[in-house]
Amino acid sequence: MSNPRTFQIQEISAHPGPVPGQGTRREEQVCKYIDVSTCIGCKACEVACVEWNDHPFRETTFNDTYQTMPTTEWNYYNLIKFAEDERDGNLMWLLRKDQCMHCEDPGCLRACPADGAIIKYENGIVDFQQENCIGCGYCISGCPFDIPKFHPKTKKVYKCTLCSDRVGQGLEPACIKACPTGCLKFGTKSDMVQIAGLRAKQLREESGFADAGVYDPPSISGTHVIYVLHDIKRPERYGLPSNPIIPPSYTYWKWLAKPVGLWMGLLGIGAVFFHRILYGPKLPQPEPPIEKTGPREEIEAGRRETP
Amino acid sequence: MSATAKDFDERARGKFAKLGTTRIHRGELLRHPVYTRFLHWSVAIFFILSLVTGFAIYSPWIFRWVAPLFGGGPRTRVLHPWFGLLFDFFFFFQFLNWVTPMTWTKSDRRWVKKIRSYVTNEETMEPEEVGFFNGGQKLYFWAIVLSGVLFLITGLLMWFDNLVGRWIVAVSYVIHDLAALLMLAGFIIHIYEGTAHQPGTFQSMIDGTVTEKWAWTHHPAWYRATTGRDRREGYEREKRRQDERERAIARSEREPDKREPL
Repeated sequence: MSNPRTFQIQEISAHPGPVPGQGTRREEQVCKYIDVSTCIGCKACEVACVEWNDHPFRETTFNDTYQTMPTTEWNYYNLIKFAEDERDGNLMWLLRKDQCMHCEDPGCLRACPADGAIIKYENGIVDFQQENCIGCGYCISGCPFDIPKFHPKTKKVYKCTLCSDRVGQGLEPACIKACPTGCLKFGTKSDMVQIAGLRAKQLREESGFADAGVYDPPSISGTHVIYVLHDIKRPERYGLPSNPIIPPSYTYWKWLAKPVGLWMGLLGIGAVFFHRILYGPKLPQPEPPIEKTGPREEIEAGRRETP
Repeated sequence: MSATAKDFDERARGKFAKLGTTRIHRGELLRHPVYTRFLHWSVAIFFILSLVTGFAIYSPWIFRWVAPLFGGGPRTRVLHPWFGLLFDFFFFFQFLNWVTPMTWTKSDRRWVKKIRSYVTNEETMEPEEVGFFNGGQKLYFWAIVLSGVLFLITGLLMWFDNLVGRWIVAVSYVIHDLAALLMLAGFIIHIYEGTAHQPGTFQSMIDGTVTEKWAWTHHPAWYRATTGRDRREGYEREKRRQDERERAIARSEREPDKREPL
């Protein structure tokens, strides 16, 4: 894609005043904003997601909650979690829209061994390329949010794409479009962080949620899906890890020890080759020692086999 | 080793001896019977298949070269655990077959201490006490036993990753790789020692036999146990014959007209 800045007007002939839009910079990082405090659990986003991605409806498991199913699935990227909590002795529903967080430092991408199966765009969207997926499932163990899901028939892993196909055409993700309360917003990362900050402040100062805050975990360099939570001190209540981390083996082992291992193999082959050249074979004894001096015929005769 | 396992191994040897034959020529000794050779090559085939498919997944630098050999990345991924299981399956019987001669002894410790002179070829012959296997071979065998167990445990954990936690998978992956690197190092040395470094060894896994010279050079205690002769006797006799031959060759070259038919 061409750089949109290329055709930004820099100078205009005989134009009085400043050039309109000069020096404007486009922010590339996108972000989804989710305000759990205004979510009503209508599941419109779930339906929109299934429809846009053209997924078949699937059977669900009823587990005594209003949740559509226990977890997200390979063809159900978007799920509202209905966690039950207590506030002032009354039931309080914590409705959290669960989907891929599009981490700035994606654990799935770090863990993946297949060339080109997981990519991260400059705008922050993490996308799976199923044609390159080998179905090993390492991404599942790399993800701190339990998002990638294995499809047993195709043997590939699927997850929310943040509607990269829609975003590429300048549209917002399907879930955002469907949300009736405005608890979902989509825009640049800085805008969303600012709006989320304002909303958290409002919750703290006007609604009596003293611990309200924004969930944008720094342990994975932030995410491209951020939440406004009533209680930022205990994200576990919403089913979010307070300190999401990628197993260090996927970082250090993969990028440090893997090339070392490959070199070990190559050097090992080289080592035995040169050992053979330098030290020679270990022959069954007695083997007559080859004379270093003396006529060639004698050496050849000494080498001749005994019957 | 339990009596049942030993009994099973004996019967398997007997069955395979009927399936195949080992021709032992004059001056040769039986080193590996048909059953052992069958096991060794079954283990070898599935080890190599596991190694190659595993390395494709292990290393991003060779993934695009190696994965197509097995029908692409997904097929490589599907085949790898099955190759691994078959490797472990055959190695289990190899273990029963070899656990007795592979038992670690004090002489193996002495062998390991003197490994330098072995590697540099300073010692042209193995020490008198080296039996059917030397210390290095035993180390490799027990390294395979260890790796085989690690491969199986960590491999199953990664295979059925939906049943275990993500941290278990992340740790298993490192252990699986470390075991593979240990195996790779041993494998390179094993092939080298069995072919280029020690002429006459490869024959023992193909035809099942070795020459007596090879036997007293590399496994003197085994030579003594099999033939009932001391290594020194065989060595001296061979040396005398060799000297006589050399003298005869020298004589016939000095006086070509008096050459006798050899």
